[in-house]
Amino acid sequence: MSNLKRNRRIDKGFKYVGIGCTLFGLLMLVIFIGNILIDGLQRIDWDFLTNLPSRKAEKSGILTAWTGTAWILALTAMIAIPLGVAAGIYLEEYGKKNRIAAMVEVNIANLAGVPSIIYGLLGLEVFGRLMNLGASLLAGAFTLAILILPILIVATREALKAVPNTLREASYAMGATKWQTIWHQILPAAGGGILTGIILSLSRAMGETAPLIVIGALAYVPFVPKSPMDEFTVLPMQIFNWVSRPQHEFLVNGAAAIIILLLITFIMNGIAVYLRNKWQKKITW
Amino acid sequence: MKKPGERVIEGALAFSGLITILTTVGIIVVLFSESFTFFQQVSIFDFLTDTQWTPLFTQKHYGIMPLLMGTFLTTAIAIATALPIGLTIAIYLSEYANKNFRKTVKPALELLAAVPTVVYGFFALTVVTPFLQSIIPGVGSFNALSAGIVMGIMIIPMISSLSEDALHALPKSLREASFGMGATPFQTAFKVALPAASSGIIVSIILAVSRAIGETMVVAIAAGQQPILTFDPRDGVETITAYIVQVSLGDVQHGSIEYKTIYAAGITLFLFTFTLNNVSYWVKKKYQEKYE
Repeated sequence: MSNLKRNRRIDKGFKYVGIGCTLFGLLMLVIFIGNILIDGLQRIDWDFLTNLPSRKAEKSGILTAWTGTAWILALTAMIAIPLGVAAGIYLEEYGKKNRIAAMVEVNIANLAGVPSIIYGLLGLEVFGRLMNLGASLLAGAFTLAILILPILIVATREALKAVPNTLREASYAMGATKWQTIWHQILPAAGGGILTGIILSLSRAMGETAPLIVIGALAYVPFVPKSPMDEFTVLPMQIFNWVSRPQHEFLVNGAAAIIILLLITFIMNGIAVYLRNKWQKKITW
Repeated sequence: MKKPGERVIEGALAFSGLITILTTVGIIVVLFSESFTFFQQVSIFDFLTDTQWTPLFTQKHYGIMPLLMGTFLTTAIAIATALPIGLTIAIYLSEYANKNFRKTVKPALELLAAVPTVVYGFFALTVVTPFLQSIIPGVGSFNALSAGIVMGIMIIPMISSLSEDALHALPKSLREASFGMGATPFQTAFKVALPAASSGIIVSIILAVSRAIGETMVVAIAAGQQPILTFDPRDGVETITAYIVQVSLGDVQHGSIEYKTIYAAGITLFLFTFTLNNVSYWVKKKYQEKYE
């Protein structure tokens, strides 16, 4: 019987290891956020949000960084959303069986795994030099749009896949064309899922630093961008710049900027999760 | 019969799909053409065998080995951290935990994955490195160990989430048969469920390796910028990605040999991740439907 006992003991032991590992992951998140709050919270005030960057840590602010992030988010959304949703619709509703669709599918899986810094090298050459956009907001937005396109397409496809076929068939039976069916029936039904994907992919774009460094975005921009052709910085770039300096005061600035960045990231993710749950509850197929 | 308007719409949608193909073609063309001119000036043999990487110094050497070693060292540390923890979490959540626990923990872990990587870099530099310095002698202020561990924490959700999905997709009958034979949940998990879900778990590991190889900000902030050949995780190292960042931040003349080195480094990185991604896709396609 000792064999049985031993097995039970191993089983129980592993259970605690499992709980331990799960809590370790969560604990890291807590340490992580706690540490940043302790470092940075005291630094956040109105001036921090409205000051231009400065050589003196205590006078520096994140005005140019958050306005740059807002610009980048808006431009990236304008470029990526139509393309991503359209491609998702095509792959899911039109080209399921043909060879181009099969090729695109392998390709998307591949693109999703390409390191973000490689997109930076692509953006530097194609948008920065060939299209002559330099290190402007537009070049950054194009680069990030290309980066999040695979995520958007996959999310759109998942949302469309969840719409039952009966809806399509009912629409066809009423004499609707394929596009009428998609536009009036399927898209509204899949809207929540698609919106969730859009928000999550934009949150990803907002946190990216490496591709923007490569296309030449500057860490020190002493003005608020006024047009898409202006040079820019974004919150993660500003954080990187402050964190790479040796002085402690700049690290504190970095922590404070991280709080702002995390706040926006978590809000976006929260909205996405909320939308997903709401949509799933409302529609019971 | 299709209306002409419908055809136009279908064409526009198809064109959007093609953009993704154009992206891949663009990446390959840009990387190959820029590195081609680099390899006209530097022989591939030197690039692969020289043990020094000093393109930014007067005494120039173009050996990719130090950057590759830095990349592999941080990646190995990251996987050594993430794999045991991530896999244990996956097994615990799918085989032991009750439904409610799973429902709360999974989104929380996914939040860990939503945190921007620059934040992880800050964490490595200001929390993990000082902690390591206090318990291990000889840890530098920039070191591979801290960057690797934090990168590992970053990819725990990736491994736990994908592996949990793979375990969760197994048919219930498999476990019931095992329980019926008198096996404990532990024995069922390790002798029945894990082998049965192995393809999905392997995919999650390959994707995690690929992610660690391509990760940039954590290593750029915490691992340092010293391209030296070392196996000592207490030392600072430079990864391929960190080098690209270093050059991009400096003012290197476009078209110069220094500028082209980032494309040579980039294509090396791309070849590794591209191969890994394709292997994972192939494993997924080949073994996925075994139990469905």
